[in-house]
Amino acid sequence: MAEEVILLDFWASMFGMRIRIALSEKRVKYDYREEDLWDKSSLLLEMNPVHKKIPVLIHNGKPVCESLIQIEYIDETWPDKNPLLPSDPYKRAHAKFWADFIDKKVNVTARRIWAAKGEEQEAAKEFIEILKTLESELGDKKYFGDETFGYVDIALIGFYSWFGVYEKFGNISIESECSKLIAWAKRCLERESVAKALPESEKVTTFVSDRRKKLGLE
Amino acid sequence: MAEKEEDVKLLGFWASPFSRRVEMALKLKGVPYEYLEQDIVNKSPLLLQLNPVYKKVPVLVHKGKVLSESHVVLEYIDQIWKNNPILPQDPYEKAMALFWAKFVDEQVGPVAFRYVAKAEKGIEVAIKEAQELFMFLEKEVTGKDFFGGETIGFLDLVAGSMIPFCLARGWEGMGIDMIPEEKFPELNRWIKNLKEIEIVRECIPPREKQIEHMKKVVERIKPA
Repeated sequence: MAEEVILLDFWASMFGMRIRIALSEKRVKYDYREEDLWDKSSLLLEMNPVHKKIPVLIHNGKPVCESLIQIEYIDETWPDKNPLLPSDPYKRAHAKFWADFIDKKVNVTARRIWAAKGEEQEAAKEFIEILKTLESELGDKKYFGDETFGYVDIALIGFYSWFGVYEKFGNISIESECSKLIAWAKRCLERESVAKALPESEKVTTFVSDRRKKLGLE
Repeated sequence: MAEKEEDVKLLGFWASPFSRRVEMALKLKGVPYEYLEQDIVNKSPLLLQLNPVYKKVPVLVHKGKVLSESHVVLEYIDQIWKNNPILPQDPYEKAMALFWAKFVDEQVGPVAFRYVAKAEKGIEVAIKEAQELFMFLEKEVTGKDFFGGETIGFLDLVAGSMIPFCLARGWEGMGIDMIPEEKFPELNRWIKNLKEIEIVRECIPPREKQIEHMKKVVERIKPA
């Protein structure tokens, strides 16, 4: 049966990166469509009327929104290769807890480092604490999923391409504070799915600098 | 082998829709459990030990395994006890249920309560914004007895614990008619259907006590 998979995305989105990685891990062919977030397409507005946000996964015409939900959908729809979530209920719950933690804590705090005036120092400090919590959860495991790269790794790795942004505007060194996490990120980058999905760090930093100028923060 | 009550413990708070929905799920599946009411202001050492990350209820302990975050707990319960399934099997239907449940807790809840209580741009604007969100849910439940179809499911537990038996009691205390029948006939029908379900009725906070509780919450939220 002919499958049609479309991904509405934005190159710098760490949430979009999750889906690029998941689809790549599953060897799913898809049509990548870059969205202009300041001039959203009618397709995006039609497919995600509630949030009007990317990424949107459109499978045979039906949209799935919210990146963690999309990863699970991808895992269940294409179950043959590279399972992304554990099948054991407790391990699965554990993975979902940490991915949800990443969504609740990492993004909100990280954004305050570069997008909010006067909050950089405080936000950067909180951000390091959050990364340390994640580092402690990682422990000595190869990946958050233990031996297998999976859901939690996919949830977090996109932020690595933004580390340059947080270091520059938060005046912090993530490498010196969270070296184990950096080592984990480099292991993830050895995977083709990740290397292809993440943009160059400098490109992201340039983009954010431009955004800050437009927001009157520079 | 029969489940022993000691196998499952639930740390909860009587007024929390998050812990009430877990109770509904356990009752729906006939799972015996020990309920431990928590003081959410002076948190117990047990709560702090079992949920060091958020220090919140609900926390489920099943044969020594600790789980928190209500959506995660509901999914876990559904996978362990397979009778009366809560989530759909079909990946797309499941994704929809999870999407709307997240929408209820992350958008509807805060906008329909906190924003309204604060009413920074005025109460009319706050109500209008909240009602726009309820319109999505109105569409979603149209033509169905429950969000889950003919029987209650994941979204019914999440939205049911949150909207009629938590937010609505808050609105009553504020004198707000947020989802009037003329504007939201389907949602009101759904609420009537929910009230007919015994396990739902068994797991909701007592009305008057909760109205008082929500009034106090509003006082804490309102700008000085």
